[in-house]
Amino acid sequence: MALLEAHDLSIAYDHRVAVADLSLTLKPAEITAIIGPNGAGKSTLLKSLNGQVRPSSGTILLDRQPLEKLNRRSISRRIAVVAQEAELRFPVTVLEFVLGGRFAWATNSGWGWETEQDLNIADAVIRETQMTELSGRLMNELSGGERQRALMARALATEAPILLLDEPTANLDLSHQATLLALVRNRCDRNEAAALVVTHDINLAAQFADHLLLMKEGRAVYSGTPEQVLQPQVLQDVFEVTVLVDAHPVTGGPRVTPVHDTYRHP
Amino acid sequence: MMNRVTLRKTIISCALLAAALLLAIVSMSLIGSEPLPVRASLCAIASLGSTSCGLTRDQFDILFQIRVPRILLAAAVGGSLATAGAGYQALLRNPLAEPYLLGISNGAAVGTMTALVFFGANEWTRPVLAFTGALLATLAVYRLARGRAGSTPERLILAGVIVTTFLSSVIVFVTTLMDATRIRSFTFWLLGDLSGTSGALLPVAITVAIAGALILTLNARSLNLLMLGERDAFDLGVEVGRVRVVVFLVASLLVGSSVAASGSVGYVGLVVPHLARLSLGSDNRISIPAAALGGAVFVIVADTLARTIIAPRELPVGAITALIGAPLFIYLLKRA
Repeated sequence: MALLEAHDLSIAYDHRVAVADLSLTLKPAEITAIIGPNGAGKSTLLKSLNGQVRPSSGTILLDRQPLEKLNRRSISRRIAVVAQEAELRFPVTVLEFVLGGRFAWATNSGWGWETEQDLNIADAVIRETQMTELSGRLMNELSGGERQRALMARALATEAPILLLDEPTANLDLSHQATLLALVRNRCDRNEAAALVVTHDINLAAQFADHLLLMKEGRAVYSGTPEQVLQPQVLQDVFEVTVLVDAHPVTGGPRVTPVHDTYRHP
Repeated sequence: MMNRVTLRKTIISCALLAAALLLAIVSMSLIGSEPLPVRASLCAIASLGSTSCGLTRDQFDILFQIRVPRILLAAAVGGSLATAGAGYQALLRNPLAEPYLLGISNGAAVGTMTALVFFGANEWTRPVLAFTGALLATLAVYRLARGRAGSTPERLILAGVIVTTFLSSVIVFVTTLMDATRIRSFTFWLLGDLSGTSGALLPVAITVAIAGALILTLNARSLNLLMLGERDAFDLGVEVGRVRVVVFLVASLLVGSSVAASGSVGYVGLVVPHLARLSLGSDNRISIPAAALGGAVFVIVADTLARTIIAPRELPVGAITALIGAPLFIYLLKRA
């Protein structure tokens, strides 16, 4: 059973084709990672999947219903997004920020107040992301990594079965990168959720994703398990750099190391 | 640490502010260049003007024909401008947004003046054209200020300067179409002046102020998310387009009706929402109604100062609000 499906998706952006004839399926308990060079259309694809960017052709099905027939709040109850945060100009506490994730569940989209259940869920995800001590602090007093965790907490607070993450580990140090993706893994395994992660970190993707989608110039060039996709010749074609692929000493999965020309022995 | 905003906290804060507003209306109507007997005046106000309580005919008229309407208008104008300011700030994601500084008041002023010059006999055209002017100015600022990552403070202020200066020259142009005797009273009005209370516009201003504050408060949860960014709001389930249109229309209506009644009273939309957020937090469910009530009190007090400090002569109330607002603006700009 698929949670989210895209069929033959094409997106034209500023007279330029950003995504072309792309199909993908997100299944419960599966993490899919999209990798590919800059400008491959990864973020645009992600934006189209929750209706932020309208595709020029193709269909997107959410629980087998066409996305464009669903209203905003019912989409947001099912799809949560973790994207590059905008700059905050108003003082908002972490708890208030995380409670924003409950908006789509409110019976009244205007003036209503958070229910007891909303507060319990916010508490739980704040604990899950190890933010308990920070919940009363203002967002703009936090470090980049702490803010990223708050963003993750807010996405988890939506209880959406589908998570779309755009470069979720970009601002994080080594340990927080793994912690954050472990949260995603955990949510997928326990709640039968599906996650789609756009990332530049191929090795992190290989470690956490069940499925990789390699994009170049708007097209899905290769798709499959990390072992299937991460072949030296494939990566060389797409990224135009020589790579070494060997086995990860701990997981045994593929490990990619770029070997730039200048590093070679003369 | 700021506590989470709850319904209880909102109701208590708004009740206190409403009490302050009532107190301001009553006490400020006793202050003025013509002294009124306190006890008799309070008695007459308590009876809502049905008995004179021993006030002379002149005293009674000063109280109910001049002071009370002027104070009620001040309340409506203050509430409108503070609410509009809070709305623009959420929409433009910028605590520096303010109808006067963005040139939106100037847009409403051009509308009002056009109505006066071309449809002078018909009072109703003033708020209608003022609203149209405010709406067009809002759209212009919004388009100019919006960059890829929302509106940076610099970009927003520049957009405001451009719209303000452009509309100022339109105002000069319209002024030349007026006869010389009216020009002086217009310059006063342009600075924000509550002395020319027009009977017909008072109920309009009060209705618009209350309705506008209610509508924006009813969209407060959406505005909370919009304040964090349009993409965030969209992802979390806000119908961004619809809320944007609501804020555009309501804020323009609020600015239009207050400018039609009293000219451009500046900085209210900056000072009051800022104080509301500082004391009660950024949650619009509390800061918008609090700003509406606080704005009413603020302009009532400012106007009482304007009509008493150099009595029997008067200052435009806009001069008082700008004296308070401009330093705060500089402070906020330095922090931004």
